Amino acid sequence: MVCLNKPPSPNKGSIMRLHEYQAKSLFRRFGIPVPAGDVAASIQDAAAVAEKLRGPPWVVKAQIHAGGRGKGGGIRLVHSLEELREASEAILNQPLITKQTGSKGKKVHRLLIEQGAEIQQELYLAMTIDRNRARPVMIFSQAGGMDIEEIAEESPELIFRESVHPELGWMPFQGRRLVYRMSPLPQPETLKELMDMMARLHKTFVTLDCSLAEINPLIITKNGAVMAIDAKMDIDDNALFRQKELLIYDDPTEKDPLEQQAEEYGLNYIRLEGSIGAMVNGAGLAMATMDVIKLAGAEPANFLDVGGGASQEMVAKGLEIILKDKRVKAILINIFGGILRCDVLARGVLNAAEKIDIRVPIIVRLEGTNVDQGRKILEESSLRFRVAGDMAEAAALVAEQVSG
Amino acid sequence: MILSILVDEYSRVVIQGITGKEGTFHAKQMLVYGTKVVAGVTPGKGGQDVGGVPVFNTVREAVEEEGVNVSCIFVPPIAAADAIVEGASEGLDVIVCITEGIPILDMVKATSFLTYRNTVLIGPNCPGIISPGKTKVGIMPGPIHKPGNIGILSRSGTLTYEVVDQLTRAGLGQSTCIGIGGDPIIGTTFIDHLKRFRDDSETKGVILIGEIGGSAEEEAADYIQREFEKPVIAFIAGRTAPPGRRMGHAGAIVSGGKGRAEDKILALESAGITVIRDLGSLGKAALETMGQA
Repeated sequence: MVCLNKPPSPNKGSIMRLHEYQAKSLFRRFGIPVPAGDVAASIQDAAAVAEKLRGPPWVVKAQIHAGGRGKGGGIRLVHSLEELREASEAILNQPLITKQTGSKGKKVHRLLIEQGAEIQQELYLAMTIDRNRARPVMIFSQAGGMDIEEIAEESPELIFRESVHPELGWMPFQGRRLVYRMSPLPQPETLKELMDMMARLHKTFVTLDCSLAEINPLIITKNGAVMAIDAKMDIDDNALFRQKELLIYDDPTEKDPLEQQAEEYGLNYIRLEGSIGAMVNGAGLAMATMDVIKLAGAEPANFLDVGGGASQEMVAKGLEIILKDKRVKAILINIFGGILRCDVLARGVLNAAEKIDIRVPIIVRLEGTNVDQGRKILEESSLRFRVAGDMAEAAALVAEQVSG
Repeated sequence: MILSILVDEYSRVVIQGITGKEGTFHAKQMLVYGTKVVAGVTPGKGGQDVGGVPVFNTVREAVEEEGVNVSCIFVPPIAAADAIVEGASEGLDVIVCITEGIPILDMVKATSFLTYRNTVLIGPNCPGIISPGKTKVGIMPGPIHKPGNIGILSRSGTLTYEVVDQLTRAGLGQSTCIGIGGDPIIGTTFIDHLKRFRDDSETKGVILIGEIGGSAEEEAADYIQREFEKPVIAFIAGRTAPPGRRMGHAGAIVSGGKGRAEDKILALESAGITVIRDLGSLGKAALETMGQA
């Protein structure tokens, strides 16, 4: 609720997500086996990487922050250098559309080229935070390769969990409790490798302050070895002050340019699809305001929390960002000042508005100390402010914008 | 004299991190409201005073010298979990942690430490707790509140102020308002406090303000259906939030089809709880349901 000297984070308001190739290089460091391979940013690089690997076959994998890459055509098995070049050309620098990217897809800037593996069995292994028990939890399933949410929905009995004690950490018996539920039971050497991988995944998770570390699929090869074929890793951005070496993994090309700029301003901004810009102080009220816009028959253009305190400076920056979104047809400013004085805030809005070319109507709803003075300042200005007395009136004014 | 839950006018409050900008500002705001802020703690600044409040180096000194039993934490995220554990080590009754941005694994350890202790942790990343007319331990604006019989539980800050304001304007006062915090791991949940409201003769009805992410609202719905007989009205923020994006609060994210607003609303309504969809009408709806309270 209050930002107390929070160290600068490149990901305020979002999660620091790693690419597969980045997560795999971290896995390697922690002794989790992954296929031999390397990242490539051009077709020539891709071929050069492949030539150093055993094979064909090789696997060409698009590196974007979204799941469902396989079904979207972003993961291809190739059997010759020629096929590798063709696949690379088809994927690289093209937008990849998956169920998680939205309709426009995400442009692929990098490929991961890997040696093919002989898969005998696909499993699922992940560690995340169990919010209810306030502990990390290891999740294991024999139904690998599939979406874990689908498994959870269709056959929850196939998913096994082990909660991790904060002081004890991962205990060997927990690994045994997970692997001995497999049926049929793999060879003893494979079981040992699986349990070893679980311990290493836990070590990775707590050492790097992950909020998610997922291996799907985790495979057993025809020789009985285990290997992480895919890797997904999210870092708790609140912990980045002690994980500074991970900052190099931040990929600005994955972000919306406006979101990137908002991040530099220290604003909590998420771009959405609608036409009503919203600027609000506080995340909960910002979400509720988006809902109010929707209820009034319009679509919110963004989520923007300028902070519970809503300083003049943040309000000005927020207005600037919203106005850069050309789809915005009207703006709703909803500030519940409380301790903040509304006259100060109104002058802040006015100052910001005077510096920018305002081309859309602005609906302002202010509440807090000196609210009458604040409203008077806005109403008497030459700008097109519509002042709302409360949430109900603000909603009505938004609806008016939509119909008018 | 009726005592409110958790804190009251006899609570003796220490501000951990009192010499920082936010700590100083809000310590003074709390004093203005009438809260007995009797001590502050900032390591290395013992012996100073902030607006007449003595500053100590450790919570232990604040307990020994001023008999504090409630803490409000304004310590930066890097040291906040340590501050929580320090307060709990001294056996404080209630710790309110305002700090936003504490690493999750730090909170895993801190809440684990609290498991077998009697200290009640509110937050982190929360506005705090207020029993209007008695005391406020937190950062909420005092004047919008009014003493009365409605209990408020919420995961957010300014959204709670909005609701309180509507209630007060509708003539409905509040017994106690608790912001439980917007992080994935928090000290106490809706259910912990619903149990207190159930046993509190001063509270006649409860307003529950939830948001997307996690399953706290679903669990609260289940509890209310089984054991809570006072009227409850709920509001859930984030019906328009897209999946996979974190809406400001670290805990507010729809992921893997879980934590959606519709699921929460359905769970609450199935439990017989009135869910308000139009935020602007909440005060009026509360008056209709709880006006006689």
